[in-house]
This record gives sequence, structure tokens and C-alpha cells, in this order.
Amino acid sequence: MTAPTTPSQTVGPYLHIGLPWPDGRFALAEGAPGGVWIRGVLTDGAGAPIGDGLVETWQADPDGRFDHPDDPRGAVSRPGFRGFARCPTDAEGRFAVHTLKPGPVPSHLGPQAPHIDVSVFARGMLNRTVTRIYFPDEPEANAADPVLRSIASESARATLVAGPAEDGYRFDIRLQGEGETVFFSV
Amino acid sequence: MSEPLTPEAPAAPPPVLGYLRDREVHPPLDYPGYRSTALRHPRRRLKLLPHLLTEVTGPLLGEDRVGELDNDLTRQHGGEPQGQRIIVHGRVRDSDGAPVPHTLIEIWQANAGGRYRHTGDNWPSPLDPNFTGGGRTLTDEQGRYRFTTIRPGAYPWKNHDNAWRPAHIHFSLFGRAFTQRLVTQMYFPDDPLFFQDPMWNSIPDPDARERLVARFDYESTEPEWALAYEWDIVLRGRESTVFEDEIALEDDDE
Repeated sequence: MTAPTTPSQTVGPYLHIGLPWPDGRFALAEGAPGGVWIRGVLTDGAGAPIGDGLVETWQADPDGRFDHPDDPRGAVSRPGFRGFARCPTDAEGRFAVHTLKPGPVPSHLGPQAPHIDVSVFARGMLNRTVTRIYFPDEPEANAADPVLRSIASESARATLVAGPAEDGYRFDIRLQGEGETVFFSV
Repeated sequence: MSEPLTPEAPAAPPPVLGYLRDREVHPPLDYPGYRSTALRHPRRRLKLLPHLLTEVTGPLLGEDRVGELDNDLTRQHGGEPQGQRIIVHGRVRDSDGAPVPHTLIEIWQANAGGRYRHTGDNWPSPLDPNFTGGGRTLTDEQGRYRFTTIRPGAYPWKNHDNAWRPAHIHFSLFGRAFTQRLVTQMYFPDDPLFFQDPMWNSIPDPDARERLVARFDYESTEPEWALAYEWDIVLRGRESTVFEDEIALEDDDE
């Protein structure tokens, strides 16, 4: 017996009353060693910044492990590391999360390159969109990654790979149009 | 330079059980009746993402995210807010009927006059100094949750001529996996504004729309204190078997 699920609705323009947390952007606690910043801009189909969005990230730790009982290898916690971050975009569409670079994650389809799952919410979006961040310093792992490999277009694939930045990585999210980010059905 | 994928390249592990796919339940990302979707939906077809470890796990946020009074939106200020005091309660289950225990629920809403405490909301209805409109709680062992708040008002917006949003409370849920994440809105029974609301009408199946409507719950009403509404939320449950079409990723067809 399967009960029908509850439909999604938009976060609307006033999500800031309910969703941001003071420590939201810190998947890794502020000041903890090894942290990198992943910064980007969320833009719409006209190339305009989206100033009322929210970006959430979820990922493995540097060993490719999760603090979660449904990982068959067992849950592994790491002090100061939550694996999850959420950041509202500012008026210029900017977001930033402070985290540890994840390790490779095994799967039955073959090893996955280090990656971060991303949810994007905003007014004008009746459901979240989901994408993945991959890393520019992992060319071999990226080439072997089963999810990246399944995307035929090289330019589309490239939208999922972050760029280097002084204090970490740069990952822009384009909801529509020129350079549109690849989004996934989960 | 890239690092080796794994030190000793172990055999691939067996597949993990994924979550039921329920895309047909949800509104489309491109819905012209809601004008703001026009520039905010991807044009490229969504790519099927198999449910691997990152998708079947998720943040298990605990008590540290919830303050003692966070589930009572009427007690966040020196005085009491204006409006009809209500209890909103229910259960969070997955589509197999299993309760989703200890999961974070976050809500936000307008005040009794339909005004949000937000710099972006300036329509001529007063703010209430005793109402912020944000709350959070964790479900208990049986997946139950309970908020005390005031009934929010309807409010106008500029989507179409004489557009009004039906009264609603925004809900955000994590479940236990990235795949289960849900943000939605709870509505009140018999709202006369549904017919012209694109959020409501964007849900393709009329039965699914009704699942966003709370039930007036006289039994749970507290005499001389608060009316009650019951609203159950169903998150995606787990597949019972691994589906063949998720084992092999198809090549993109763009």
C-alpha cells in the first residue's frame, strides 16, 4: 500500500522569515582546519541575479563517508562537520558555503568523483531544482564518474564542474538559457 | 593532480535502495499561470539522477536546531499577537506509511492581516509587533508535530489582475534523505480563493491539491483557547526493489 505524497509549492519571496540559520553556510564550522569556500552567483534566464533564492548543499566527508545510518559502511561523524549547508542569495545573487572537499563515493555504477548535491529554491520555482558540484582538480575521477559520463554534451557537463578560486572554488548556477546548469530529476 | 579514486580499487558495492519517484505529483517548473516561473525554470530536460549514497542520505538535524518555544509562534514577543489562535498538528509519514521520526520542520507565514514581517512586503496591512511568523520543531518518535500560531490572512500580489493568495503556512521538511527534501504550503479548508491561485492550480492532479488542505479538527480544539487543524504530510518512501532503469544510466539524448 503506497500513500500518495504531498506536492511541492514554492518557497515564495519571504523564505527569509523561516529558513536561514545564523550558521547556515557552515557545513564545516567556522575556523575549522581544511575548510574551503564554494562561492557562486544564482542567475535567471535573462542573466539577472536572483536575490531571493536559497541554495542548500549535502555531501560526503573527505573520506567519502556520511554521518547517516543508511550508508551501508556505517555512519561516521567528524567533529565540526555537518555535511549540510544552506545559504540565502544576496541582492547580487551571491551565495557561499564553507565546507570540506568531499572524497570519492562508491556506487554500483562505479566510483563517483567527489561531488556535492545541491538544491536550489526561489520565488518563481514551484519545486526545488537539483544539481551537483564537481571539482576542477579531479579530471580523472570526473572522467570516470558515472553521472557525469551519462551527460553526452561536453558543454553541459562542464556546467557541473566548479572553477578554482583563491579561497576554494567558484560554482555559478544558471537556471535558464546561455550556459544553463544541468539539473537532475531526483 | 587528481588522486586515485580508491587505494585498492575494491569491487563495486551492490546498489542501495532508492526512493520512489513522484515527479507527476509536483507542479511543473514551467507554469505560465505563475509569471515568475518564466525566467526561473530550466529549458533543458532534467537528467535522471540515480539514487546513490549522496541521495539516500541527508542531514539528520537534531535538538540543537530547535529552541524550547520555537513551536509556539504566539509566544515569541512580550505580548500576544492579534488574530485567531490555532493549533496546527499532524504526522509526517513516508509513502509506505512509516512515521518519519525526529525530523526538522520549519514554518513561516503572514500575520492575521496577511502581512509578512519582511522588507519585501509593503502592502497596506499593518505589521503586528507581537508576531514574527517563523517556527520550527522536530517530529516525535511517531512522526507527530504540533505548532501553536495564529491563522494567517490572505494577501494580494501582482501575478494577475486582483490576485490574492489563499491563506497558507509554508512548511519545510528534511525527512531522512536528500531525496525526501520537501518545501510546500498548507492551506485551510474551503478557501474561496483557490480558484484563481496559480500555486494551487499548478498541481496537475486535483486530488493532490487537496492533500495540501488541513482538516478542521474539532476534537483537538482546546476549549476557550484555540481552534485546531490537522495536516498530515507524506514524504517519498523507499523502493522495495532496485529498478533496472536506474542501474544503467542512459546516455543523454539532447
